[in-house]
Amino acid sequence: MTRPWRRRHLGTEADRATFRTLHSASLAAPALRTGLNHDSAERSVRHLHALLGTPAVALTDTATALAWHGGGQHHEAQCAAFAVATLERGSTRMFDRDDISCPVSGCEIRTAIVSPLVVEERVVGTLQTFTGHATAGLARAVDEVARWVSGQLELAELDASRTRLMEAEVRALRAQISPHFIYNSLTAIASFVRTDPDRARDLLMEFADFTRYSFRRHGDYTTLAEELRSIERYLLLEQARFGDRLRVTLRIAPEVLPVAVPFLCIQPLVENAVRHGLEDAEAGGHIRIEARDQGQDCVIEVEDDGAGEDPDVVRRALAGDAALDSTGLGNVDSRLRNAFGDDFGLVVETARGAGTRVVVRVPKFSAGVHA
Amino acid sequence: MNSGLDAAPGIVAIVLVTLATLLIGTWGMRFSRTTSDFLVASRTVHPRLNASAIGGEYLSAASFLGVAGLVLLNGADMLWYPVGWTAGYLLLLVLVAAPLRRSGAYTLPDFAEARLGSRPVRAVCTLLVVAIGWLYLVPQFQGAGLTLQFAVGAPTWVGPVIVGLVVLANVTSGGMRSITFVQAFQYWLKLTALLVPALLLISVWLGDGAPRVPVGGEWLSPLGSGGRGLYVTYSLIVATFLGTMGLPHVVVRFYTNPDGRAARRTTLAVLVLLGVFYVLPPVYAALGRIYAPELAVPGKSDALVLELPAVMVGGPLGELLSAVVTAGAFAAFLSTSSGLCIAVAGVLSQDVTGRAWWSGRRLGGVAAFRLGAVVAVTVPGVLALLVPSIGVARAVGLAFAMAAATFCPLLLLGIWWRRLTDAGALAGLGVGFVGSAVAIGWTVAVGTTESWADVLMSQPAAWTVPLAFVTMVVVSRLTPQRVPVSAGRLLARLHLPEATGQAPQPARS
Repeated sequence: MTRPWRRRHLGTEADRATFRTLHSASLAAPALRTGLNHDSAERSVRHLHALLGTPAVALTDTATALAWHGGGQHHEAQCAAFAVATLERGSTRMFDRDDISCPVSGCEIRTAIVSPLVVEERVVGTLQTFTGHATAGLARAVDEVARWVSGQLELAELDASRTRLMEAEVRALRAQISPHFIYNSLTAIASFVRTDPDRARDLLMEFADFTRYSFRRHGDYTTLAEELRSIERYLLLEQARFGDRLRVTLRIAPEVLPVAVPFLCIQPLVENAVRHGLEDAEAGGHIRIEARDQGQDCVIEVEDDGAGEDPDVVRRALAGDAALDSTGLGNVDSRLRNAFGDDFGLVVETARGAGTRVVVRVPKFSAGVHA
Repeated sequence: MNSGLDAAPGIVAIVLVTLATLLIGTWGMRFSRTTSDFLVASRTVHPRLNASAIGGEYLSAASFLGVAGLVLLNGADMLWYPVGWTAGYLLLLVLVAAPLRRSGAYTLPDFAEARLGSRPVRAVCTLLVVAIGWLYLVPQFQGAGLTLQFAVGAPTWVGPVIVGLVVLANVTSGGMRSITFVQAFQYWLKLTALLVPALLLISVWLGDGAPRVPVGGEWLSPLGSGGRGLYVTYSLIVATFLGTMGLPHVVVRFYTNPDGRAARRTTLAVLVLLGVFYVLPPVYAALGRIYAPELAVPGKSDALVLELPAVMVGGPLGELLSAVVTAGAFAAFLSTSSGLCIAVAGVLSQDVTGRAWWSGRRLGGVAAFRLGAVVAVTVPGVLALLVPSIGVARAVGLAFAMAAATFCPLLLLGIWWRRLTDAGALAGLGVGFVGSAVAIGWTVAVGTTESWADVLMSQPAAWTVPLAFVTMVVVSRLTPQRVPVSAGRLLARLHLPEATGQAPQPARS
């Protein structure tokens, strides 16, 4: 494995130029994928500069300069005017000596090529290249790079809208305490009002607390302790209705109670378990909720001994098939992945007639996640 | 060293401790709850229980055997070890406990990542956790070898192997399900195992007419002798006061607290528990001076606590007391080693064994943790057999010195100084680590304290800690543009009580 072999292996000069180009592009991509702002412009502009190889490159939004890389920094003040002018035209423009007045001697910048960055047919900013004299080739290159940057920004937009969708789903989930549950709980409570007023009062308090938690507005995360407390209230209310038919075992390691979890990420699983566990079961069902400490992670299991489900249906529910009845599953899965990464998705073990077990793994610490 | 004792009581004691640990570990929290007492299940660990657990994990072989041995050998100036090991929690209480809990960090690398948002700093912290963990584990294993040699006459390699295997079995099988209960049990076991024999020994001493300790002068001097003694004392104070907050297995336990306030209350309770415990080793040392002066030689003194009951009482009662102390010592190895093993295996599984190294395939969470645990126990186990012992307490002291020179500046500046940068943290951690590592290598290789250089190296904290602090501050000031954007917000979160900004909970009748 000598060096000459490796060099040959890397291909011709043209190939290597391509690799260099692709590499510069790939370095600029992560920052651009966060959208166009000061921070991302600052981090990506140097790679765009390397890509174009001109004396200076700048990124602007529609009104102001965001970042400048290269010499002739005194031209940065002019970026905004160029951006506005390009915005009006909507296509790549060239500004020459007449537009760029330069008082500094020895400054090599004579020309600016300014390309608009277009996201969903809307100009969001410009890519500006400053050079001595413009060639058609450079103009073409700037145009192409601007188009590539636009593509990345469009992806960023997509990410943002996916996050917004997720937030909307959480809000929907909050508002989505099932009407049946409300009706059934209130009926169950009503049945105790005469026979056992104290219990009816307690249950009403539980009901109030449960709804307050579910409707709370602040924060995307909560502690496992809070989430479990809400689940306990939910189960108490369900038990008021089902009585001995609903049997529950809780096994919670106290060490993991402070772990931060996405708000309402376990409760929908329990609700599913109650529904499946008690479906067509005259004898009632048994639900087991366990949380245990496992090194850097906390493992939460929700298990029922009900009818089970066809694994394919669950797979479709996790993939986000909205036609299915398993409301929470896909939503919880995508929120977990969103918060902690793809290693932390839901694991569902089920088969027809074999009950269902849903396993959630949550890291004890994840940057940016706190209750 | 086996003074003709019957091996049986010792073996029984060790087996009982191991079984109790395994049983509580497996079934302590496994009693299931049904809905009748629902709202109990989500009740978090009470600070008092958590404090017992921290005490159980923290009181290692160094505290159980080493302190008495050192005081017997060198005199009152060695009392600074237990004083420092306790006072370290005072600093933790005042400066670190609550903000660290509010940061949400589980391990020290987590804190570095949350505060500075830098992967390199995280990687260096991981390395340091492993280094400090191993440095701490080696003397535990050596102490286990000594204990088993004394209790049942086994060769010195048996102790490390047995403790290593028990810890490994416990940790990898998931047997530590209710680690809090196990560790809390270990604290009370250790306290009882030292307290009950101590009371009996004191009554024997009173029965003998309370003879005075036949020493004076230097043995009673609290600051050692001369300039070197003074330096060593102050260096020791710096290492132990500042090192406690940087111990990986201690920090991990604070995560169990529900909030910053509970973290403070836990620390306060730990101070009380440690204070009670550390009264006992000096009692053994003083009695040892009277009844077993022949043990006051380097290499033998660590066995004082184990041997004294048999020497003073003798007969079946002496054997029983010896067995009790042996059980306590074994509990000390098990609990501290388990805690360290979990902490080290945790960071290893997160940052090393859980990564895609070979052929792009990643180990799953459990497999990575198990592999991490095997590495975490094997390396110090082998080291314990190869490296000559420099005394249990002294070796642990070096681990404290390294923690004080690395994590202490990171935590204190990270929590209290907004302008800390990742570059500054890296430089400071590097300086602290290299300084401590050189000093430790020197101490193990040279092994004497003849010259000033040897003294400086044997107790490095007094110069490594200021050096690390200065480096961190200077480099941070030189790189002001690298101050994390989120620093202000994060510091606000660390220092504001959790209750602010949340809807008040109405009282329930």
